[in-house]
Amino acid sequence: MTIQSILIANRGEIAVRIIKAAKALGIRTVQVHSAADADMLAVKLADAAVNIGPPSATKSYLNIAAVIEAAKSTGVDAVHPGYGFLSENADFADAVEAAGLIFIGPKGDAIRLLGDKVAARAVAARAGVPTVPGSAGRLLSLDAAKDVAQTTGFPIMIKAAAGGGGRGIRIAGDMAELERHFPQASAEALAAFGDGGLYLEKVITKARHVEVQILGDGENFIHCFERECSLQRRRQKVWEEAPSFLLPAAVREKLCDSAVALAREVGYRGAGTVEYLYDEISQEFYFIEVNTRIQVEHPVTEMITGIDLVQEMIKVAGGAPLSIAQSEVTVRGHAMECRINAEDPLRNFMPAPGRIETLRVPQGEGIRFDTMLYEGYTIPPFYDSLVGKLIVWAETRDACLDRLKTALEGLTITGIATTVPLHLALANDPDVRRGAFHTRFLETWLETEFAGAAGKTAEVA
Amino acid sequence: MSKIEIRSPLPGTFYRTPSPDAAPFKADGDAVKSDDTIGLIEVMKTFQEVPAGVDGLSIRFLVEHEEPVMAGQVIAEVGE
Repeated sequence: MTIQSILIANRGEIAVRIIKAAKALGIRTVQVHSAADADMLAVKLADAAVNIGPPSATKSYLNIAAVIEAAKSTGVDAVHPGYGFLSENADFADAVEAAGLIFIGPKGDAIRLLGDKVAARAVAARAGVPTVPGSAGRLLSLDAAKDVAQTTGFPIMIKAAAGGGGRGIRIAGDMAELERHFPQASAEALAAFGDGGLYLEKVITKARHVEVQILGDGENFIHCFERECSLQRRRQKVWEEAPSFLLPAAVREKLCDSAVALAREVGYRGAGTVEYLYDEISQEFYFIEVNTRIQVEHPVTEMITGIDLVQEMIKVAGGAPLSIAQSEVTVRGHAMECRINAEDPLRNFMPAPGRIETLRVPQGEGIRFDTMLYEGYTIPPFYDSLVGKLIVWAETRDACLDRLKTALEGLTITGIATTVPLHLALANDPDVRRGAFHTRFLETWLETEFAGAAGKTAEVA
Repeated sequence: MSKIEIRSPLPGTFYRTPSPDAAPFKADGDAVKSDDTIGLIEVMKTFQEVPAGVDGLSIRFLVEHEEPVMAGQVIAEVGE
């Protein structure tokens, strides 16, 4: 069945992005919104809009019953969950299907399987994808943990099987620390998650975050190469690139093939991302997790491959086979994305909701700005601080960085503080130019290089 | 008895408890010290503590738990 109308169960820039993809396919769009979001850009662009509840996300965008009701009452064929909110909620995917509608994403069972950290590690291992050295599954005793640590070495992470998003993790530097932390970690996990199950993973100290974009239709599975997302603050990506330009060709091939093998193992449908840590010294990569949705940073992949990932996931959800074969996916040039957040980087990233006074967006070849902003719009305080993504493409990485600098200088947003000054400083940094960074680089850099540069600017002013 | 208003420093969502299952920081009628936390404001997924900012014998909340607030809105009154 071809999809003729879509409910967008999200907000912000990704809702705008989905509406654009749907319009390009001639699909009618219905946008849900909370009471605080009645004047957001996606509501203005959609063919129809439905108020699904009060500002609090738990009562609106996370309210499965309210979203399903909106879909039924407007007679749409399908629901696009975007990212965040209900996008990786297997019960929501099941509820959409139970209502006789199409969920634009994988089956609920696949979301459930890949969302369980221990189960996902097992799937990866079955598909021959290297996982971070550690325990094969849940550990039943301290002795079993010690056996594992004996093989992997230290430092090692003690992780709660039911944890996630950085919660429920302790690090042991040697056997004595493991003996001390293990029972405590189990008691803590039981208290925090109602499940004392633990597993171990070796700490990769200087790793890059590299991830592979996958597409599947349930029978055919392809990759659209990789992205480099090592520049992170508090485990949140700040700046992304494609491709991961320092990756040796042989490693890239193995990495991308492993992601396809994993997609095949679960009969994947839709767009997804397989995340890895890459150890540059040993040239080994290790599976971290699968994100079963479109990702914030998907545009860098679109810029280098020319594939419209959001359109493709809609078409596949409607029952069409993948429109591209693996041999047709080629990389041209280099792309970078800067996440523009309503936060003040000079004041410890203090959130900065408020009214947009002026908005000037740079134009030109290879420049794209995905946003929900317009002049006069008031950003509500209730949701994520991401307000736009500046994406730049050029033939080479050096040319891309030059073009990005010009584009950032041409991007004017007044009325609120944004992270544009942070990105300008990164774009001018020699280590960023060389690509000499890893997942712990940005936080140190913010305390040293950026704090110093910001101090100097303040003195001049 | 004079009353002093405690205003929200930021727009966002007001919480009276430190975590979903915990007891409220303060109940109506409680005494407060200036540096006591009386609630949290969630703004763009980050949580900021709201201090009483004043010593008082009795606090009365004017905003419900999980209610949206504007910057400068009166959250509570403290009787001296």
